[in-house]
Amino acid sequence: MKKEKIIEGLLKFSALVTILTTVGILYVLLSESIAFFREVSIWEFITDKEWTPLFVKKHFGIMPLVAGTLLTTFIAISVALPIGITIAIYLSEYAHKRFKKIVKPLLEILAAVPTVVYGFFALTVVTPFLQSIIPSISGFNALSAGIVMGIMIIPYVSSLSEDALSAVPKELRNGSYAMGSTRLQTAFKVMVPAASSGIIVSVILAFSRAIGETMIVAIAAGQQPRLTMNPLVPIETITAYIVQVSLGDVQHNSIEYRTIFAAGITLFIFTFILNNIGFYIRKKYREQYE
Amino acid sequence: MNNSQINRLKDKTFNYFGIFCTLIGLVILAFFIGSIFYDGLRRIDWDFLTSLPSRKAEKAGILTAWVGSIWIVIFTFIIVVPLGISAGIYLEEYAKKSRLSSLIEVNISNLAGVPSIIYGLLSLEIFVRLFGMGNSILAGSCTLALLVLPIVIVATREALKAVPHSIRAASYALGASKWQTVWEQVLPASFGGILTGVILAISRAVGETAPLIVIGALLYVPFTPSSPMDEFTVLPIQIFNWISRPQHEFTTNAAAAIILLLLITFIMNGVAVYFRNKWQKKINW
Repeated sequence: MKKEKIIEGLLKFSALVTILTTVGILYVLLSESIAFFREVSIWEFITDKEWTPLFVKKHFGIMPLVAGTLLTTFIAISVALPIGITIAIYLSEYAHKRFKKIVKPLLEILAAVPTVVYGFFALTVVTPFLQSIIPSISGFNALSAGIVMGIMIIPYVSSLSEDALSAVPKELRNGSYAMGSTRLQTAFKVMVPAASSGIIVSVILAFSRAIGETMIVAIAAGQQPRLTMNPLVPIETITAYIVQVSLGDVQHNSIEYRTIFAAGITLFIFTFILNNIGFYIRKKYREQYE
Repeated sequence: MNNSQINRLKDKTFNYFGIFCTLIGLVILAFFIGSIFYDGLRRIDWDFLTSLPSRKAEKAGILTAWVGSIWIVIFTFIIVVPLGISAGIYLEEYAKKSRLSSLIEVNISNLAGVPSIIYGLLSLEIFVRLFGMGNSILAGSCTLALLVLPIVIVATREALKAVPHSIRAASYALGASKWQTVWEQVLPASFGGILTGVILAISRAVGETAPLIVIGALLYVPFTPSSPMDEFTVLPIQIFNWISRPQHEFTTNAAAAIILLLLITFIMNGVAVYFRNKWQKKINW
């Protein structure tokens, strides 16, 4: 009996490691950020339009990094959203079962390729290609990184949306067919509205994934924080900035060192809010049809 | 054309558009991979695999990178497998419906959504500095183990869920204790699903770059590590290093190293899918 208790205790401890991880993340981000905000006011952090902590004349405005992050993310979503949802509709409403069975794992490959490889694609294939169309585009730019990131997150959108469409009871589909609708009408007028919560969740999670993506933007989007929505010039994202500082030789306990935690907590807040909106929608609308 | 014909035409058109969208991602990926093989394949030879890094592109090799990756994978595996499977067993077999267990569940889905670079910041403060591990293989493995822990836990739970209740009931009826039931009956029956999850988790760890850069993994390591406390580099970081160089010769090196990284990733994912299918077929309750 005693052995059983010990084992249960060990198992429980393993489960608690996940809680410890979250506590650790919060502790590390908060403690270093608080130290950071003792020297830089939150007001300056949010309103200053420049981010130059590594220069002699220091500015600590996070907005250029946020702008870079959102820019690449929006480009990625505008690639992944139409393609991903079309794939989901095609696979659930049009495709043969056998085709679906082969294609689904193949699409997952897109998400399994290491991101450093995508960064290489963006820099050596996509950017030169874009340069041949738009000669004014820089060697590092948000467009190329965003497009490649979009390709990477296609399966996030398509597979969750497809699950949502499959979960819609087939009576709805048959009802629509019985009224004489085509597959396309059924898809857009019946299935997509019925599965809308799941589809929205898939997009939110893809969004969150894109915001936190690091290597593609660190390699292909540049290292120049700038407050712009122009996709043709070099920018810097929050994640790329953290990489840039980590590669350099920054003194521990210095203000430069703490900037990566201030940037990190900004990133964490973004993804945390998005993930929880996603969970909330999923939970609230899950059992609509039962 | 009347209305119904127009609608049918639209329906047909969307059919082709759907096929187009489904294939375009894969075609682009195939094109990327093709161009990488074209660039890098001729660079791969015995010397490339067994040479130390060098300032001269044609002399540089990836010995330290792949040896470092193997060290990292082994230690990540040693840490994450017992931890993840135990946590999965606890949540699926032991935990009663309580506030704590639902908190743990919500927390795990949240952790799965935390960007990998944040895990790097966590480890930089906790493992590297507080625990004094430095930028060692052990610190790197702990980082990656925490990062992929949710994958192993979720896979373990799914696999345990798939074991029918009658198996457990039969085991109890024969007088087995709870742990005996889990260890002798439930775990072996869910082995395939757990294994799939572990392989996918390790495959993810092999390709991770960002958190290791944050904890201070080195871009240039002139020796192969000989203990878990040594400094290290891994394949993705070596690739990143070569991509960041302006000279074209290093791009070729990066392409060659990517071929190896992709091979490892695809083989692991293929094996995982194979195991999943095999076990699904074999166990027919």
